[in-house]
Amino acid sequence: MHHVVLDRWGCGLSPVHRRDPRAKMLAALIFLVALATSHQSYLAVSAVYFALLVTAIFAAGLPPAAVLRRAALVLPFSLVFAAMSVASGDTTRAISLVVKSYLSALVVLVLVSTTPLPQLLGGLERTAVPRFLLLVVQFLYRYLFVISEEAQHMRAAAAAKGGSMGRVISRRRHFGAAAGAVGVLFARSYARAEAIHLAMLARGFAGHFRPLAKSSFRKLDAAFLAGAVAAIVLLRAAIEAWT
Amino acid sequence: MDALIDVRSLCFRYDDGTVALDGVDFQLYPGETVAIFGANGSGKTTFVLHLNGLLMGGGAITICGNAVNKQNLSRVREKVGVVFQDSEMQLFMPTVLEDVAFGPLNLGLSREEASERALEALKQVGMSGCAARAPYHLSAGEKKRVAVAGILAMRPEILVLDEPTTFLDPPGQRSLIELFESLPQAKILVTHDVECARALAHRAVFFEKGRIRGEGSVEDIVARFNWDRTVIRRPTSSRH
Ligand SMILES: Nc1ncnc2c1ncn2[C@@H]1O[C@H](COP(=O)(O)OP(=O)(O)O)[C@@H](O)[C@H]1O
Ligand SMILES: [Mg+2]
Repeated sequence: MHHVVLDRWGCGLSPVHRRDPRAKMLAALIFLVALATSHQSYLAVSAVYFALLVTAIFAAGLPPAAVLRRAALVLPFSLVFAAMSVASGDTTRAISLVVKSYLSALVVLVLVSTTPLPQLLGGLERTAVPRFLLLVVQFLYRYLFVISEEAQHMRAAAAAKGGSMGRVISRRRHFGAAAGAVGVLFARSYARAEAIHLAMLARGFAGHFRPLAKSSFRKLDAAFLAGAVAAIVLLRAAIEAWT
Repeated sequence: MDALIDVRSLCFRYDDGTVALDGVDFQLYPGETVAIFGANGSGKTTFVLHLNGLLMGGGAITICGNAVNKQNLSRVREKVGVVFQDSEMQLFMPTVLEDVAFGPLNLGLSREEASERALEALKQVGMSGCAARAPYHLSAGEKKRVAVAGILAMRPEILVLDEPTTFLDPPGQRSLIELFESLPQAKILVTHDVECARALAHRAVFFEKGRIRGEGSVEDIVARFNWDRTVIRRPTSSRH
């Protein structure tokens, strides 16, 4: 319970979870490119891609409503840009922006919730991604789950003192207190992330995650990748030929 | 006999100016367990962080003949296994087995060897049944055992235990002490728990304001620094 939900989802044992991280990353990448470059019939393509992702979510045994809700976190950002497009008279572009950004967030979310981060990073290390970027991602990972945990502790402490973080933050006159709480949250999270980093160094960590699970690219992984790519490319081609 | 750990005139000051260590001399010999006592903030954890080069201060530290410096870091970390006070911070992989195998993999062992060592270490701490579980679902005592296994899997020659019994209930503390008793390595035991030190340590040192103020048997140190929580009640006539 005291953990980031992604980490918990990532530990599943479904067929999707068991695929090689590289196969999943490549499939997600092709999905993103196919989505971004579809123009005339992008709405139909998006609908079909959405169905593909929902299938993946069910196959992975993830809670569909929760996943779909989490992906909506990008919407506030894309809505701002959409509003700018509408203002300049380009409604089509606005809709396409919102739809595509949501689907992009969803595919990335499905990827990270079916691949534990150390595995994902291990997979990335064997691609051409710069090492610096990997270190940043590692740090963010440590930092994010620590922040969420600290927030839970602080919420528990606030509740014990008869308050609630939500109430504290929602009342404007308590804004100062809330800002203080957020400050403490970050300071504590930073200290904890540092402590975790030290514990990793103490066990000989030198910047590479070396996954224990053998991630040899098996026939099943190749089949998964081929199937996913075929679905992504052929469905789009079929829709475009038909309209 | 050569010391496993030899610390000379160790000094350390944090960035904010706090002087945490102010000239510490310390030796650990093969086969012995030394308890470190001292008030909160006396520098015990800072001292521990120097033993495997997580912090580097003034003075000199030698571990099994290797000077602790940038070049020797990986060798030193292989020899000195530090179990930190808060096991939450030591467990960061998705499963117990992966967590325990983290150190061996960093040592450059193959996956097979690493997972063999991890399973063996889990057996040693009585946690074989939990290999596939997520660390954050374990109890405090189980987390501590897994954290210890993560260190044992690296086969260190020296174990450094920073307040190991702190977050545990009494039976958990007892069984952890029994576990440490069964481990052959030389140990440094930082603790407030006098019972734990009595059970495990051959001698003790007392930290105060970043220095070692006293050295002797556990009983000597406890008596000299009044380091016991037994409340001496004066007999009162009015109580019943
Ligand atoms: N990261 C830090 N930055 C600044 N001061 C610190 C830090 N960690 C510890 N200290 C200070 O250094 C002193 C020794 O701390 P520590 O080694 O943690 O003591 P102990 O483990 O004996 O309780 C204390 O005064 C503490 O406040
Ligand atoms: Mg301490």
